[in-house]
Amino acid sequence: MDWPSVLDPFATINLPLADWANDWMRWLTSNYRSVFQAIKAIVKLALDLVEDGLRNTPQTLLLVFFTAFAWQIVNRATAILVFCAMATIGIIGAWDPAMTSLAVLVTAVSISTLVGLPLGILCSRVNWVWGIVRPALDFMQTIPSFTYLVPVILLFGIGNVPGVIVTAFFATPPLVRLTNLGLREVRADLVEAADAFGVSPMKRLWSIELPLARPVIMAGINQTVMLSLAMSVIASMISVAGLGRLVLVGISQLDLARASVGGLGIVLLAIVFDRVTQGFGFTRRDRGNLGLWEHGPIGWLRASFKPHGRFKS
Amino acid sequence: MDDRSPEASSIECRNLWKIFGQRASEVLAAARGGKVSKDEALKEFGCVIGVADASFSVRKGEIFCIMGLSGSGKSTILRHVNRLIEPTAGSVHVDGQDVMSLSRKELRALRARKIGMVFQHMALWPHKTIAGNVAFGLEVQGAEKKECREAAEEALEKVGLRGWGHRYPDELSGGMQQRVGLARALAADPDILLMDEPFSALDPLIRRDLQDEFLALSRKAHKTTLFITHDLDEAMRVGHRIAVMKDGRIDQIGSPEAIVLRPETDYVARFVGSISTLKYLSASEIASAGNVDADAPGIGPDATLPVLIRQLANGADHLAVKDGDRLIGRIGQPEILAAVGRDLERR
Repeated sequence: MDWPSVLDPFATINLPLADWANDWMRWLTSNYRSVFQAIKAIVKLALDLVEDGLRNTPQTLLLVFFTAFAWQIVNRATAILVFCAMATIGIIGAWDPAMTSLAVLVTAVSISTLVGLPLGILCSRVNWVWGIVRPALDFMQTIPSFTYLVPVILLFGIGNVPGVIVTAFFATPPLVRLTNLGLREVRADLVEAADAFGVSPMKRLWSIELPLARPVIMAGINQTVMLSLAMSVIASMISVAGLGRLVLVGISQLDLARASVGGLGIVLLAIVFDRVTQGFGFTRRDRGNLGLWEHGPIGWLRASFKPHGRFKS
Repeated sequence: MDDRSPEASSIECRNLWKIFGQRASEVLAAARGGKVSKDEALKEFGCVIGVADASFSVRKGEIFCIMGLSGSGKSTILRHVNRLIEPTAGSVHVDGQDVMSLSRKELRALRARKIGMVFQHMALWPHKTIAGNVAFGLEVQGAEKKECREAAEEALEKVGLRGWGHRYPDELSGGMQQRVGLARALAADPDILLMDEPFSALDPLIRRDLQDEFLALSRKAHKTTLFITHDLDEAMRVGHRIAVMKDGRIDQIGSPEAIVLRPETDYVARFVGSISTLKYLSASEIASAGNVDADAPGIGPDATLPVLIRQLANGADHLAVKDGDRLIGRIGQPEILAAVGRDLERR
């Protein structure tokens, strides 16, 4: 070996990582095409269902529904906030792209929850699973979000459906992490007390551990929602419609008007989502010892149709 | 089906060992040969001896206290009874059933139906209402909602918390929370109560009240109770029999009187040194051999000091202590003073 190559080793020694990645991707696309197509079809079904529902319902009805939903799940103040936010989105002319974004978000967050929650529970029970999942989560959370786009385009193509997949992929890690953490941090003496009464593992998980870990898990869901929203502009690069696209077009054409409409829309949606998902964490206790159906608009309706018994607010 | 006599022991532990650590079996072999002390086990093997060769049996309806300082292994022993902790060696029988031989399902049934447990730090579930906490044991057994509610109300009534069912644990004071803990243990009407320092986190006055209430309840319900405490006074008050533990070993098992008056080891003697023996002295132990007048009033050998003093206050110069017809000795003012003097010197 001559001197120049000793001092400059990387000119001659290199690992063909780029080639490997290419080969691997080619192998994946040629051998598992049907798997990815099946995933895509399922996600498309869910997304279409949500999007058609949002698109085909009259705006007034939707506005009323959102407001009533927020009242039912959280409280009246949040309902007013949701009404104002959604009305503003409509007034600035961002209603249709907002509904598309909403559909992508709802679908992506649902997928994240369906995958992340059980995975987080499994990680908290089985140490070797956590040993494998943890570095994977570290990896998913450290690589830049743009990097997700390339393999997703290669495997799933472009459009709203790949957008949902990339968003869900990006937003799941904190939920897995926080579900695992929340369940592991449940006070040991409370779990022991449950064991002392002869509880089965499933019942213990369901009625002791999950409720006690709920604040942490809800923080995870909240994180998932916020990350999904943050992804909406990036996802628009693979041709996802919605508010993110407004911002992207605004950037590329230096069109401040469009960018600000898109940006404001995203912020308002974020506020609405944040407040409503916080309500998911409420318990009977937070509602003054009333069940979910005993308060809010449904509780009010139920009370008015009963001959006696006043609605408690 | 089963023909157990009522005197049969309810909980029976034989040669129980619990050693925490990786090299438990090595420590067990060495410790059984008597070659390893608690400190050596920690230094040489990195293992902690929790329970060392403990044997005892609790009779039906008896309140059996295990007393010792923190780290003496008393809570560890308790958790072997419902197998929250697996022993390193030895056997545990509950109502004649070998707890170690039970399957997971049978073990859950035993915990749910036969054994109620009360914890030092209450361990009430903060997300459940008081009634929800109390009814949990029944809920686990698959009882109907109505049955759960009624049993919870009944159990809460027993501990004097009627009408508190819809509140949450953090709305209650410490004493009330531990009443809930007791109600929770009683709700499924188990035969056996395991109480892990139930009153030690409470204020002295509330502790006394709860001890009294517990004793009253216990007399009525007649439950076999294994009661853990680090408080000698408490053990003397509630226990029918007391086991004194030190470093995982049981030093002495006996009635409260026996523990105070006839400690078998130095450790027990030091432990009970601060307790006045006056309450436990009987006439036969106070009496001295001396002249007994023919007209001296007679008294039984088991009479306690207050009774003797009351008798003497009636004007008699001294009393004749008799076991049936047999004369044991005399008790006059000198004997009483001598007994008090001995008790004072002892401390």
